[in-house]
Amino acid sequence: MEHIRTPKVENVRLLERSSGQRRISTGTLYLSATHTIFVESNPDTRRETWVLHSLVSGVERTPSTPAGSQLMLRCKDFKVFQILIPQEKDCSDVHSSLVRLSHPEKYSELYCLSFNPSVNKEEREESWRFIDLMADYKRMGVPNNLWVTTAANSEYRVCDTYPSEVFVPKSATPAVIVCSSRFRSRGRFPALTYFHQDTLAAVCRCSQPLSGFSGRCQEDELMLQAIMKSNPGSDYIYVVDTRPKLNAMANRAAGKGYENEDHYTNIKLQFIGIENIHVMRSSQQKIIDIGDMRAPSMTDFLWGLENSGWLKHIKAVLDAGVFIARAVADEGVSVLVHCSDGWDRTAQACSVASVLLDPYYRTIKGLMVLIERDWVSFGHKFSHRYAHLDGDPKEVSPVIDQFLECVWQLSEQFPCAFEFNEHFLISLHTHVYSCQFGTFLGNCQKERRDMRLSERTHSLWPQLWEDRAEYTNPLYKAELSQSQAVLRPNTTPYCFKMWKGLYNHMDKTTPARQSPADVLSAVREESQQLEEELTNHQEVPPGGTAHHNHQHPGSRQEDSGSDPKARHMGEGGGS
Amino acid sequence: MEFSEHIKTANVEDVVLRQPLHPPLRGTLCITGHHLLFSDREEDEGRSSGQVLLLLRNIDAVEKSVENLLGYSGLFSSPGHAERTSGSSGTITIKCKDLRVLQLDIPGMEQCLNIARSIETLSCLDCVSEMFPFFYRPSELNLQDQWGLSSPEEHYRQATELHNRWRLSSVNRDYSVCPTYPRAVVVPREISDDMLVKASRFRQGGRFPVLCYVHRKNGMVIVRSAQPLTGANRKRCKEDETLLQAVIGGSDKGYVIDTRSAQQAQQARMTGGGFESKSCYSQWKRLHRHMERGKALQESLIKLVEACGDESSNMDRWLSKLENSKWLSHVQTALSTAGLLAECVERDGRSVLVHGSEGTESTLLVSTLAQLIMDPGCRTLEGFLALLEREWVQAGHPFQQRCAHSAFSHARLQHESPVFLLLLDCAWQLWRQFPLALGFSEALLLRLADEAYASSYGTFLCNSEQERSVAGVREKTHCLFQALLRSRHRDSYCNPLYERTELAIWPSVHPQSLQLWRGFFLRWTPQTRLLEEAQEEIRNMIVEWEKLVMS
Repeated sequence: MEHIRTPKVENVRLLERSSGQRRISTGTLYLSATHTIFVESNPDTRRETWVLHSLVSGVERTPSTPAGSQLMLRCKDFKVFQILIPQEKDCSDVHSSLVRLSHPEKYSELYCLSFNPSVNKEEREESWRFIDLMADYKRMGVPNNLWVTTAANSEYRVCDTYPSEVFVPKSATPAVIVCSSRFRSRGRFPALTYFHQDTLAAVCRCSQPLSGFSGRCQEDELMLQAIMKSNPGSDYIYVVDTRPKLNAMANRAAGKGYENEDHYTNIKLQFIGIENIHVMRSSQQKIIDIGDMRAPSMTDFLWGLENSGWLKHIKAVLDAGVFIARAVADEGVSVLVHCSDGWDRTAQACSVASVLLDPYYRTIKGLMVLIERDWVSFGHKFSHRYAHLDGDPKEVSPVIDQFLECVWQLSEQFPCAFEFNEHFLISLHTHVYSCQFGTFLGNCQKERRDMRLSERTHSLWPQLWEDRAEYTNPLYKAELSQSQAVLRPNTTPYCFKMWKGLYNHMDKTTPARQSPADVLSAVREESQQLEEELTNHQEVPPGGTAHHNHQHPGSRQEDSGSDPKARHMGEGGGS
Repeated sequence: MEFSEHIKTANVEDVVLRQPLHPPLRGTLCITGHHLLFSDREEDEGRSSGQVLLLLRNIDAVEKSVENLLGYSGLFSSPGHAERTSGSSGTITIKCKDLRVLQLDIPGMEQCLNIARSIETLSCLDCVSEMFPFFYRPSELNLQDQWGLSSPEEHYRQATELHNRWRLSSVNRDYSVCPTYPRAVVVPREISDDMLVKASRFRQGGRFPVLCYVHRKNGMVIVRSAQPLTGANRKRCKEDETLLQAVIGGSDKGYVIDTRSAQQAQQARMTGGGFESKSCYSQWKRLHRHMERGKALQESLIKLVEACGDESSNMDRWLSKLENSKWLSHVQTALSTAGLLAECVERDGRSVLVHGSEGTESTLLVSTLAQLIMDPGCRTLEGFLALLEREWVQAGHPFQQRCAHSAFSHARLQHESPVFLLLLDCAWQLWRQFPLALGFSEALLLRLADEAYASSYGTFLCNSEQERSVAGVREKTHCLFQALLRSRHRDSYCNPLYERTELAIWPSVHPQSLQLWRGFFLRWTPQTRLLEEAQEEIRNMIVEWEKLVMS
């Protein structure tokens, strides 16, 4: 590998900082084409730490000390590793190798193109069929006499960032679609993303109209009319512009903007005020800095939290979803959602609304389907936003992070409504950045097809599905889906918390903390087994009363405290 | 005395009651000497929400607004013109110490004002013997039942490992040495009662150092007291020094944890107080940790409750108000000071003396939390209640003064301070960080918070054992702790996930690990109900599993 200047350095010290805890170990550092690997020299443990190059967001050299030269590795999953290398020269080599390795310039350098789990060709092809979006549309009840698929975008002729198959109102002719798409940023014309069977109202998405100060397009107006007509129960639609109104107005000077209510009959325009990707990027940096603080006082922490603005932004995204869900479920009115290009804030708002509207998206499989639909298939600049390739740092922004966090905040508010747990969301977050699978590579369906990703990489979804036991929330009550089909969250500020699990990782290497979830999962599993045994009228074997000692299954006795030195900043208990 | 003189209007019909989490109800309102009773007009299908029984003592503030539908005629109304005011009505807003806010729409201005006045008077009666616990006679309890869980004598008798070096002293048998201590206290064996009397004169309020905890693993102890009265000219007391020397015995060093800053401790000398100086107590190392107390703590509570009531949707404002209230900072300080104390005992293997000024507030907070951290015996339901009985009730925390009012009251603050509530909050943080290690549930902590401020039981009445004995609390009221243990809801006070661990539970005091106690401060929001349902679900899962295992 031409970028590796030195493949192995001995006598390296690794300082791991996560959840405020620090642990130091001595060992050997190896650089491979895909990972930095640290192997502890302690012969009893030989603990290995693997850091994927594509997860490294920054490599910093700090001033040398008599003990050696230091490197700091910051990861996209918010872990931080400090490496102390005895020789200045080695450190410099490792540094320049890592800088290059963590900033791949071509797709071909990415891990997923070399990642080769032992599956054969058929299995890999099968893995790409694991999520079937058409089946999900069918589940929602489309196509029907209101919504149909259109061939207008086959071969990505009309909009190259859209999927080839989209649903549009039955009354929208191909001519209307094509002209409407010319009047929208990047040709992203209004298309169906979610159909609510109970009210027949729909959630549609698009990009901003190219209206400028006075421009109009009859076909685009017809398109919105058609959306309204596809909902027999209502005589108007909401157009949700997820941007702050000021930003939307500023866009008019550039020949873009928002719908003029005088030209479009029967629309109600609503601005939500989610900030742009640049604001979000710097906000997230501030919240990462909070996680880095060594021993902050409560005041430092709360000021930092307020100052970052992060929870305010999360609330804005959730509020957008709540607005859409209410319109669809409570008022029975269809909603058309857009922002500027219709692939960041629009994706957030639409997918949050789907989670609120449909219990299916609160299951493990359902959330996969939702991400596949609103993010992967409808086009989202994964490779730019999550810096898969070396590129413009101004294009990077935690857009899907915010969606995942909204789901997490909801799961905190509705502990029994979600089939998955926090680890599932954190795993999704990691894989959006990791480039281990081809699922999130590229920015749209066309790019992925052109790269032949399904032949050259593996899909993430079956992998996560296989591990679903570890992602299951033991408190999930499927029957709640009946009574609580639509979630109506409270978005008063006091309902939001900092997502400690993401920004301040639990240290996986220390013994597991007291986890009610582990106990409950084990309890649930054992209860099911026992129930089966009972129904099978199986005799309890003699001496088979091991359960009677009243210990919870899966419970362990461990040191329930953390390292004394780290205690005042360390994580004491899982929760 | 007669409560009836405070009740001009006892019954009102056609009242509308609005309360959180329930639809409005129309029915009859009734005021008695100790209760506000509301019952739904339609008594159909025995709906339980149709009845509300509220202890008047639970009411922190009453706000009234009267509306006269006949314009200004109210100005001329007099008892003789009752019919002219019949169109008027009034609204009383009742803010409770459990943070519930109720609203009553009452027809008739006169009646409304009468009701409001009665509530205002009856909710803050000062005389202990008029309080409800002296009238509460539930059928399932008997006044002859055991009162309290244990006594200092019994506690000492059971702790046989103490007997070598420690003795039970009844020098305070008539409360003359220290009015806020119980009759019996545990002190080093070689210290005579005479010396105790002399030492007590050197400590504020006579609170000389007494034993509160012995750590079985290494024999180290926690002793607590009030500040020494060294004053400006550095007075000394030989007996106090000897007593403390006897506490560490053969060991070469002990720690004093002073819950004031070093500066505050210095300043205390100007008003006759002080601290254990290095020169006089050479074996003791002082550690200062500033803990907020008194008025500052009460104001913190008021600000936090105000912030939680702010329904505006401005995130910046919420976070800034939350910070500004400082409540979570107090939680952080309390837990970290308790952690420090436990570290001295468990990890450093030293005995510790803990005190602030009076030794009845932050001292008790820290010693209680340290015991929860170190001693698995304190983490069971019974153990925790017994700990509270020893460290708060018997040790003389002035409940009546501290819990006279809560966060809503318009009355001028006197001695109110939510130290006990802070303790419960810290216990909740421990419970949240160690979901398997504590035998009690959040429901118990909430119940205790309610009972401390307004109770049918005598346990939290008065300010000390002496006052309770004068008022006849033991003879004439029921004991809360006994009632909780015998309650048919006892299950709900237990943690279904509890599994005893012998290890210390070291809390994390990182700000990210501490959270607002939603269950208490946002108790009356629908979201908190959802969290309760999740707890219920956990309980059901465990119950089901146990059934299956046993079958």
